[in-house]
Amino acid sequence: MTTTLPAYDEVVARYEPVIGLETHVELGTNTKMFCGCPTDFGGAPNTRVCPVCLGLPGSLPVANRAAVEATIRIGLALNCSIAEWCRFARKNYYYPDMPKNYQISQYDEPLCVDGYLDVEVDGEPVRISIERVHMEEDTGKTLHVGGATGRIHGATESLVDYNRAGIPLVEIVTKPIPGAGAMAPEVARAYVTELRDVLRSLGVSDVRMEEGSLRCDVNTSLNLPGEQWGTRTETKNVNSLRSVERAVRSEMIRQASVLEGGGRITQETRHFHEDTGDTTSGRSKETATDYRYFPEPDLVPVAPDPTWVAELKAALPELPRLHRRRLQQEWGLSDLDMQSILNAGAVELIEATIAAGATPTAARKWWLGELSRRANEAGVELADIGATPEQVAELQGLVDAGKLTDKLARTVLEHVVAGEGSPAKIMADRNLEVVSDTGALTAAVDEAIAANPAIADKVRGGKVAAAGALVGAVMKTTRGQADAKTVRELILERLGVQG
Amino acid sequence: MTDLTSFSAAELAGLVARGESSAVEVTQAHLDRISAVDDRVHAFLHVDTEGALDAARDVDSRRAAGEPLGPLAGVPVAVKDVLTTKGVPTTAGSKILADWRPPYDSTIVRRLRAAGTVMLGKTNMDEFAMGSSTEYSAFGPTHNPWDLSRIPGGSGGGSSAALAAYETPLSIGSDTGGSIRQPGAVTGTVGVKPTYGGTSRYGLVAFSSSLDTPGPCARTVLDAALLHEVIGGHDPLDSTSIPAPVPDVVAAARLGASGDLTGVRLGVVREFAGEGAEPGVLAAFHAAVETLTKLGAEVVEVSCPHFQYALPAYYLIAPSECSSNLARFDGVRFGLRVGDDGIRSLEEVMSATREAGFGPEVKRRVMLGTYALSSGYYDAYYGQAQKVRTLISRDFTTAFEQVDALISPTTPFVAFPVGARTADPYQMYLADLFTIPSNLYGGPGISVPCGLADGLPVGLQVMAPTMADDRMYRVAAALESVVGPFTPPAL
Amino acid sequence: MAAISREEVAHLARLSRLAVTEEELDTLAGQLDVILQAVAQVGEVTAADIPPTSHSVPLTNVLRDDVVASCLTPEEALSGAPDAAEQRFRVPRILDEDVAS
Repeated sequence: MTTTLPAYDEVVARYEPVIGLETHVELGTNTKMFCGCPTDFGGAPNTRVCPVCLGLPGSLPVANRAAVEATIRIGLALNCSIAEWCRFARKNYYYPDMPKNYQISQYDEPLCVDGYLDVEVDGEPVRISIERVHMEEDTGKTLHVGGATGRIHGATESLVDYNRAGIPLVEIVTKPIPGAGAMAPEVARAYVTELRDVLRSLGVSDVRMEEGSLRCDVNTSLNLPGEQWGTRTETKNVNSLRSVERAVRSEMIRQASVLEGGGRITQETRHFHEDTGDTTSGRSKETATDYRYFPEPDLVPVAPDPTWVAELKAALPELPRLHRRRLQQEWGLSDLDMQSILNAGAVELIEATIAAGATPTAARKWWLGELSRRANEAGVELADIGATPEQVAELQGLVDAGKLTDKLARTVLEHVVAGEGSPAKIMADRNLEVVSDTGALTAAVDEAIAANPAIADKVRGGKVAAAGALVGAVMKTTRGQADAKTVRELILERLGVQG
Repeated sequence: MTDLTSFSAAELAGLVARGESSAVEVTQAHLDRISAVDDRVHAFLHVDTEGALDAARDVDSRRAAGEPLGPLAGVPVAVKDVLTTKGVPTTAGSKILADWRPPYDSTIVRRLRAAGTVMLGKTNMDEFAMGSSTEYSAFGPTHNPWDLSRIPGGSGGGSSAALAAYETPLSIGSDTGGSIRQPGAVTGTVGVKPTYGGTSRYGLVAFSSSLDTPGPCARTVLDAALLHEVIGGHDPLDSTSIPAPVPDVVAAARLGASGDLTGVRLGVVREFAGEGAEPGVLAAFHAAVETLTKLGAEVVEVSCPHFQYALPAYYLIAPSECSSNLARFDGVRFGLRVGDDGIRSLEEVMSATREAGFGPEVKRRVMLGTYALSSGYYDAYYGQAQKVRTLISRDFTTAFEQVDALISPTTPFVAFPVGARTADPYQMYLADLFTIPSNLYGGPGISVPCGLADGLPVGLQVMAPTMADDRMYRVAAALESVVGPFTPPAL
Repeated sequence: MAAISREEVAHLARLSRLAVTEEELDTLAGQLDVILQAVAQVGEVTAADIPPTSHSVPLTNVLRDDVVASCLTPEEALSGAPDAAEQRFRVPRILDEDVAS
């Protein structure tokens, strides 16, 4: 079916979007949520399983203290209230990647509730309200065999690996976000970006969207101004920050197209396709299972002691937004400068370079200049360019000590990026150090004067500017390893002229 | 020499410890008895002859080497087939697990092995412990050694019948609504439901997680206490396990055996009086009350007004939890699979598997529980039942402010003929009328033989506050010291 | 009045993944009706302000240290599987509409 989709500008001119985000985070604990199996990514199939995470008859769950603490820390970082008493619940539905055919989750008693996360969109602050943060367990992985594309549709059988089953998951649910208008896609992206940074700063997860340790479901609805919120759809399988933005935009356009054609939106799950940027229909909520939640009788309630919560709160790291504000002040940067550092993803790199001994100006210069240029050319993230903050600080140290000129330093950096070792080592191996031996330089200067008597006479005659040609000649014989200023002074001195 | 199967566990442990008999001789005697009578009783689903003799030989060699042995070393024990045994079949009485050999031991079985007891095999039971007669076993009923045409109670009929038939001196059961105490009563043996959380559920194939309690079965109160001590205590693999030592039940059983109950206050639940127990059962119970009074106990009447709602609340809570617990039996990871013809979808194969693998009582309860948990019905059924559960616990708490323990008949009726109650499921449920309240509350209960009615055993139940298991052992041992013995006719 | 209809019983069977036969459906409807009418007695109790009991032990915060314990071998894990391939549990094709979160 081919329909002409309305332009995005037309969609937002006519409709108001309401979005909401449900984010699943795989915690980076050593062991699973309810058993002692390791959580490492990958591994041969069914090698990280035990009676508990396989759901064998008779097995029982015991909750992981580190996972509970991580959830509380996430709740605190998102300004939530921590429940004084809450329980796990069973969510009952049949699916082969779920060993017990129920998922241990939380239902009406989440561990953390009513928080918020402040994000910036285009320099403007936006406060996203958080409804809840709760604990649950991940499912196994199903491999579909016999179909054309490895997808479930058309497959003749499936193979299940339970290594991932039982890995601790934290689900973070926002309240509905109205009023974002045309910026709704950017708001969604800014929220997930900020959330990811917060989770990373807490050290609770490796937050890799590609590997699925951070997974996002996006709820979208449209309504006419002044009218009730529309029926929402839930888009799953959104696996990158860019996709979050695209998924909201494409679903807004699709819904507007349906509404414009006189249709109504079905409450359903939709799947996002990375390749096309479209969503397709999944399971309709109208036929969804009744999950028959009830309190998990195998696990006793979690009742965080206020002292325990206070200790966890006191030990929270500085959160990214405050951290960034403090750095901006310390580094004496304008909002615009700070923004360019953020856009380049260079905050942590510059911070580490300063910690390794460089000045803020020098650190910023290298990361935003030469290294950003190389990263762009190579099409890689700045952090993956191949130079470490320590190496950059060392390089700047060599410049400051007069051992490298700026130009030489760039050459050294090229070899650092190529993986040849530390700047000092490269400088020595490749004989790139500035020539500062006066004897050798004087010889080179005398040689240049002897080779260019006419120019030497002009300089002697008072045309000091003509000395530049002699400097060039010296630089050539020393292969650029002399300091030009020193060379110039030496030439004037040998010719008996005041500089 | 007297037949070794006629001794109590305490006596057998003594014979082995003193070297008057070997663990292998004791084990072989019981294996021989099983061979002789179990085709008629059908208490066992699986006899682990080799495993048992290996374990017995191990005890004998450890004794020969002078190693210290536990108080039940070398004594045989039979385990209800609801507890996982590594490499040994575990069926929970269901076709759906007919060929399952678990890759792990339950905590209780692990403790039994560590204590040097000798596991003879796995005993018959109602499928997934749902039933009161062992007639709902997928592998055929167990027969009551007192009268082979009658049921041995249930769900743990196999464990109790094996005791009454002298096939084992000790066995393990599990009690969700009376499945240890009720078979104990109708087979003339002792059955104990410990405090919930006092014995580990790890490796117990779950029926109703908030009610299931594994416990000891024996022919004497002291034997039950010795076994209780071996299997009880905190288990970090079970989140609902109580992190405290088991009360000293062995000392309490020994104290009770002196026959003095001076200073003990016992309560008879007024509301149970009108619940239609058979006259013979009531007569035996009243005689026992008189005996207890003679032993020095003060017996008073107490009121537990919400006990009348225990049965309805139980038949909402237990099926609800079971509908979820039994969801894992889907033919994917273990057990039976039916209808996988390469054409049918997974959903169809799952449904065909469960249809073929579960018996009628299990299906009834799964569907009943699914109903009670459904949105729209949850509050009226499951939610309300849990509130009633709170009120029943409060009744217990109030009663225990007045008395040390409560007493009642264990069951309203003696062993009934095979087939008498299967046509009407609700009639079967009534067998657990007096045992269910302690499951809802979580406190311990014991059934001890107190007399005969029409030549069939009647049990007296003693219920105590949570973690006061020792109190009921004292009362039961005192009664045992002056009534009986109750020995079934020779098989 | 019946507490539960034959259609509701059929729906429960589907939810419970039980491929019950037509005759079974009739029997079950009758039996479940009797049981439901009996257990509905819990509704007679006034319990509006009574907290529900979900656990009979008064424990909270039973938590495990985050320390790796031994796993089963893949052979043990798959030992009870009705069907397996490539060290995974094999299942028949999954209907599209079964896809869950």
